[in-house]
Amino acid sequence: MTASAGSDAADPAVQADPTARRAVVRQALSVGVATGAYGLSFGALAVAAGLDTWQAMALSLLMFTGGSQFAFVGIIANGLHAAPAAIAASSMLGIRNGLYALELTHLLGARGPRRVAAAHLTIDESTAVAVAQDDARTSRLGFWVTGLTVFVLWNLTTLVGTVVGTHIGDPRTYGLDAAACAAFTALLWPRLRDRDAVAIAVLGAVVAIVLSPTMPPGIPVVVAAAASLLAWRTPRRETP
Amino acid sequence: MSLWTALLLAAGIAFALKLAGHLVPTHLLDGPRVRRVTAALPVALLAALVATQAFTVTGGAFVLDARAAAVGVAVVALALRAPFIVVVVLGAATAALLRAMGWG
Repeated sequence: MTASAGSDAADPAVQADPTARRAVVRQALSVGVATGAYGLSFGALAVAAGLDTWQAMALSLLMFTGGSQFAFVGIIANGLHAAPAAIAASSMLGIRNGLYALELTHLLGARGPRRVAAAHLTIDESTAVAVAQDDARTSRLGFWVTGLTVFVLWNLTTLVGTVVGTHIGDPRTYGLDAAACAAFTALLWPRLRDRDAVAIAVLGAVVAIVLSPTMPPGIPVVVAAAASLLAWRTPRRETP
Repeated sequence: MSLWTALLLAAGIAFALKLAGHLVPTHLLDGPRVRRVTAALPVALLAALVATQAFTVTGGAFVLDARAAAVGVAVVALALRAPFIVVVVLGAATAALLRAMGWG
């Protein structure tokens, strides 16, 4: 459960470390399992697109950002002549990870090899769990546990997916795509306590939806990030 | 270009994009206004991500289907302070059920 979604969250004493830690680990594991299930689908799709198991695994290990991976194999399925388009598409979907990193670098305070590891684990899921927490220590724990859980499960299920192929069926049949939407909504929820955050979220969502039909995948979300500039203004409650 | 070349190039760009954000000098991000904006960035990005994942189809057209219903159920569950895992399971079950009934 999210720190603020629980009925006991209003009491700061209940949010003492062990409770918050257990809650964030539960979140991390649920997000990891839901995402991991998609790895099966990715592995199967990669093989169908003409990649071998090593190539599918290389994408999950080295690229490690689901949206970009699906876009890459979806386009490369058309043949090698589509390689530049595949690279462009996966890169456009990867821009948002760089924007997440601007906030995560503050939150994590990682240096050296840990910073490189943090960069590799910078994805939607690890970011969402990190920013859903109330204090910096729990955020850091959330980032690392989610990032590592997703990394391990995503790679294992990619491998399984390349072997079992499409026999497991479409993850949408089980509502797994909707599970991801619900999970991100739940992780965003605790941040929507003040009006400014709600305005930023609504503006971001509307901009992304409006731009989606006319722009390549990935770009509407990046443009929508400009909604965060609303936070440039001094918050209302701090104005004299 | 071989498949391996394309793959490693794309993976390299993906990692470089992630790393670039982590390597922006912190003094550039330290002002109170910039701190508020970077703190708001994941909110804007994740809201935009959920919106495109829940309300658009391939090609980007707006659509209301089982995913929208699932997000609606998730929001109601969150407003009722349901635990995280319950919200996620309810979202999946809503979409799975609606699709089993032949909608969305």
